Amino acid sequence: MSILVIAEHDNSSLKQATLSVVAAAKAIGGDIDVLVAGENCGAVAEAAAKAEGVAKVLVADNAAYGHFLGENLGELVAEVGKGYSHILTSAGTTGKDFMPRVAALLDVAQVSDIIRVESADTFVRPIYAGNAIATVKTSDSIKVVTVRPTGFDPVAAEGGSAAVEQLDVVKDAGLSSFVGEEKAKSDRPDLASAGIVISGGRGMQNGDNFKMLEQVADLLGAGMGASRAAVDAGFVPNDMQVGQTGKIVAPQLYIAVGISGAIQHLAGMSDSKVIVAINKDEEAPIFQVADYGLVADLFEAVPQLEEELKKVL
Amino acid sequence: MKVLVAVKRVIDYNVKVRVKPDNTGVDLANVKMAMNPFCEIAVEEAVRLKEKGIANEIVVVSIGPKACQEQIRTALALGADRGIHIEADEDVQSLDAAKLLKAVVEKEEPKLVILGKQSIDSDNNQTGQMLAALTGMGQGTFASEVVVDGEKVNVTREVDGGLMTLSLSLPAVVTTDLRLNEPRYASLPNIMKAKKKPLDVMSPADLGVEIAARLTTLKVEAPAARSAGIKVADVAELVDKLKNEAKVI
Ligand SMILES: Cc1cc2nc3c(=O)[nH]c(=O)nc-3n(C[C@H](O)[C@H](O)[C@H](O)COP(=O)(O)OP(=O)(O)OC[C@H]3O[C@@H](n4cnc5c(N)ncnc54)[C@H](O)[C@@H]3O)c2cc1C
Repeated sequence: MSILVIAEHDNSSLKQATLSVVAAAKAIGGDIDVLVAGENCGAVAEAAAKAEGVAKVLVADNAAYGHFLGENLGELVAEVGKGYSHILTSAGTTGKDFMPRVAALLDVAQVSDIIRVESADTFVRPIYAGNAIATVKTSDSIKVVTVRPTGFDPVAAEGGSAAVEQLDVVKDAGLSSFVGEEKAKSDRPDLASAGIVISGGRGMQNGDNFKMLEQVADLLGAGMGASRAAVDAGFVPNDMQVGQTGKIVAPQLYIAVGISGAIQHLAGMSDSKVIVAINKDEEAPIFQVADYGLVADLFEAVPQLEEELKKVL
Repeated sequence: MKVLVAVKRVIDYNVKVRVKPDNTGVDLANVKMAMNPFCEIAVEEAVRLKEKGIANEIVVVSIGPKACQEQIRTALALGADRGIHIEADEDVQSLDAAKLLKAVVEKEEPKLVILGKQSIDSDNNQTGQMLAALTGMGQGTFASEVVVDGEKVNVTREVDGGLMTLSLSLPAVVTTDLRLNEPRYASLPNIMKAKKKPLDVMSPADLGVEIAARLTTLKVEAPAARSAGIKVADVAELVDKLKNEAKVI
């Protein structure tokens, strides 16, 4: 078997999610190559070459891939990937965008968002917002799979020494072009890979009040998340949404503040190791999954939490 | 321009999903079914384009058993003009759904196809992108804003790092995210009117598509239950537990 992993990156650094995808590839077994498609992405290729278990790194460095347009990546990956038994990438918004195009171009099914590998053709994935866990077998000769990074412990980032090979395949479908972006700038750890996450919900009442959570997050070195209600209300940007249809997180510690615990929210965080809930309603469903629940008004509890943490950290 | 909207009948998002005791799937007997929430957003966006005078016809299509005509009627009550029901009793997976929709696109020649980004049952997030690839169209996935401008459409997308705007040549495929709009409710008079709107029924064979499932579900299980923990009395106890019991700070 030979597996092609498509790296997730931002042209300058390799996302940790890719190391989890390589781990999924190792669980399948076989030679693992990594494709880095981007623009001026040499540093990413070097990082990928050092990852544990990678045999070869293929680099497609071209302006056509600079913004990870789904049409161009789809064609590139379908062409490079057709010689492999498996094509894997992480289930972030880039992978979700281009990978189904790859599957359609190869006339195969895609298995989305796997959390476990049973065998080379059988995978485990959550459905119905994680209310059910399906074991799915594919009969296609090329298996196109997206991987939920929280399901696999990342391989070591250092120690490997894979060969790096430049590809000169340029696929520019000419169907779409990049206009602009608004990237949330933050020095905090990336939500998806942070060891501690603190999230706020509708109970925060407005965006300004999230500053209280930021102060706690800074003390803990935590990433910041939110419920859909908080994003819909405009308190915080969309990329902070945790849940079935937002980001999936599984940190060591997840602190939910003013979040009721709707099933769609739980779908994104219930694999966290320790869950803390701060909510004034003792009946809130979040308490059913919380290891430590505090029934309190968050406007009193959060400043106290900051003070108490300062004492012990 | 003509807009095609695809809608799916799924379990209502408020229903507590239960796995069948024999582990063959989830129990759908006697549970409330509804239009997938992301498809509602797709219908709403099409209706708004029509209200702005950009779209002149909205065709809504659904694939599934006869019961999914209910969801087509809902879309018609919300403002779609006519419906197409592709009747299929078997499990239609994303790739086949995309092939069926491609056949409809070839017949109807819409300028814009709007779909939900994912359905809340299978959580696949595939069909729109597959349709775009099969028809050679560009795609604006996870849209939070759609602006049609002549022969182009600008789509702002919700991506991991924030927002990203693309320009696509029409025809194009758009898949909706939660912030694109807030769907309206159908009024009673519109529900009555929708009953008289045209609805064509066809089979996959009529469209020249053979349904061929590639994925077999071997079993479906309930997730490992998380047991509720304890309630702490105050913040000091919470911090003490996190530090000395759970050892996570
Ligand atoms: C298709 C679909 C997809 C969805 N995807 C997601 C998703 O990915 N992620 C997601 O999060 N949701 C998602 N949702 C929405 C979800 O169903 C809930 O509506 C949402 O999670 C509720 O957010 P919330 O808990 O912040 O708000 P609420 O449910 O309104 O809860 C607010 C909580 O704050 C508490 N509170 C209020 N004031 C205080 C105070 N002063 N002190 C302490 N506590 C206080 C209240 O007791 C309450 O429990 C989705 C819904 C649909 C239909």
